[in-house]
Amino acid sequence: MHSRTVSSTLGGKSVQPVRTVRDFFLCSLPGTMATEATPKIRIMKGASADLSAATYQVHDESHTMGNALRWMLMKNPKVEFCGYSVPHPSEPNIQIRIQMYDNLSSLQALIKALEDLGNLCGAIKDTYQESVQAGDYEKWDEKS
Amino acid sequence: MDINPRRLVGIQPERVTNVSNTEFPGHYPDEDHSWDLHKFRESLKVRVQRLSRRSIEFDVVGIDASIANAFRRIMIAEVPTVAIEDVYVFNNTSIVQDEVLSHRIGLVPLNINPTKIDTKEPGEQATDRNTLEFKIDMECKHNPAFNKSSLTTNPTPSDKDLYINHELLSSHLVWQPVGEQEERFANYPVKPINPNIVLAKLRPGQAVNMTLHAVKGIGSDHAKFSPVATATYRLHPNIVITKMIPFERAEQFAACFSKGVVKIDERNRKCTVSIDPHHLRNDTVSREVLRHPEFAESVALSRIRDHFIFSVESESAYPPEQLLVEAVNVMHEKITAMKNAALALLNGGIGVAEGDVLMQNAP
Repeated sequence: MHSRTVSSTLGGKSVQPVRTVRDFFLCSLPGTMATEATPKIRIMKGASADLSAATYQVHDESHTMGNALRWMLMKNPKVEFCGYSVPHPSEPNIQIRIQMYDNLSSLQALIKALEDLGNLCGAIKDTYQESVQAGDYEKWDEKS
Repeated sequence: MDINPRRLVGIQPERVTNVSNTEFPGHYPDEDHSWDLHKFRESLKVRVQRLSRRSIEFDVVGIDASIANAFRRIMIAEVPTVAIEDVYVFNNTSIVQDEVLSHRIGLVPLNINPTKIDTKEPGEQATDRNTLEFKIDMECKHNPAFNKSSLTTNPTPSDKDLYINHELLSSHLVWQPVGEQEERFANYPVKPINPNIVLAKLRPGQAVNMTLHAVKGIGSDHAKFSPVATATYRLHPNIVITKMIPFERAEQFAACFSKGVVKIDERNRKCTVSIDPHHLRNDTVSREVLRHPEFAESVALSRIRDHFIFSVESESAYPPEQLLVEAVNVMHEKITAMKNAALALLNGGIGVAEGDVLMQNAP
């Protein structure tokens, strides 16, 4: 999510040094403190040695990335099978299973799919902004 | 308007057909459906249809549902906004309990540009870089200007006549600039978007005195951080008249669809019934027409699988046309984070960090 941290000395004056109940819970819950140590991606047990078939567990992701990535991986002709799951709704993990033809590396395919997904996002953003700037649409006054 | 039948999702009286996209490599013999950015750019169409100060409707044609859904989900749950997170209650003698009032205050949309402040990490101290402070200090009193003798002319005086400060409104949240915030937000008045939200009703003697801390967060943590009221998409409807509709049934046929979808042309003493392509998008595809046996064979209903009509209402500091851009930016961040992790796996060897998979032992 937002990994940027700001030292409190940077901003200068402190707002109010009150330790809130929420802070207390955030510090004491076992799950929340472990997040820093959890790797973003790990390979699940049972992957083949050449990684031509592997299941990747991605931390802090959901259907949002899972399904989009699954679609992009399936667009790769070298991918024999690709599927994703959210093993449990209250755990912030997804698992992506990738099986490759010709003993190719599924990790390489994953990286390629991520790159392609980035390009796709860029294309959508460009086209959308063109349309917004063209101004060729109905403008109406909405009361709120 | 002829549409490739592969792009259509069929709509039958009791079922939908051809729901899934099949354009994957290997599905159709001798056809290449592998990812091609150039082809994608050529087939992609994005067009804004309607824009107001609070909402936008735009079409995206040529993407898969998984991509459209990713943007919808990100707009709802992962585009950051600023909302009140901590409430320090010094006095609250209103009939609304502290926790209920705090919850209501938390849900008030604030007009704060989220790029202007940092995210407060768990356990981090509140500073002028990551927290904005508001104060509420008000007490309800009898209106000294109210005169009982006026009851003869106006037997039902309003609350406004009787009391001062009888309602705690969102406009009573007063920003307290701290440190460098005054300069930083000089061009952005820090206040709730809507000043007229009633948070509590008060009567003489009741008072509320609170300090509020607003922080940056995302909708998946709490819905109050969601920048949208709604963010939805639907597929563009497609209606084809397969058999001529007789003149005497034209009105009845038109009534089966949303207003304006069916065009009845009565020029030259001849009546033609057709679908108006400009109003087709407004159809709800209610399938009412299929309930009439006389029409069921005359029309084919479907939706276009890769034509998404997005409708987004902003309820945050973002102008509505900015929300998709923010969603794409968040998606980019997510992709980059994942790619870096995948590259680290590739370069650092497998299972080094975790020790869960030992490749030398694998078959």
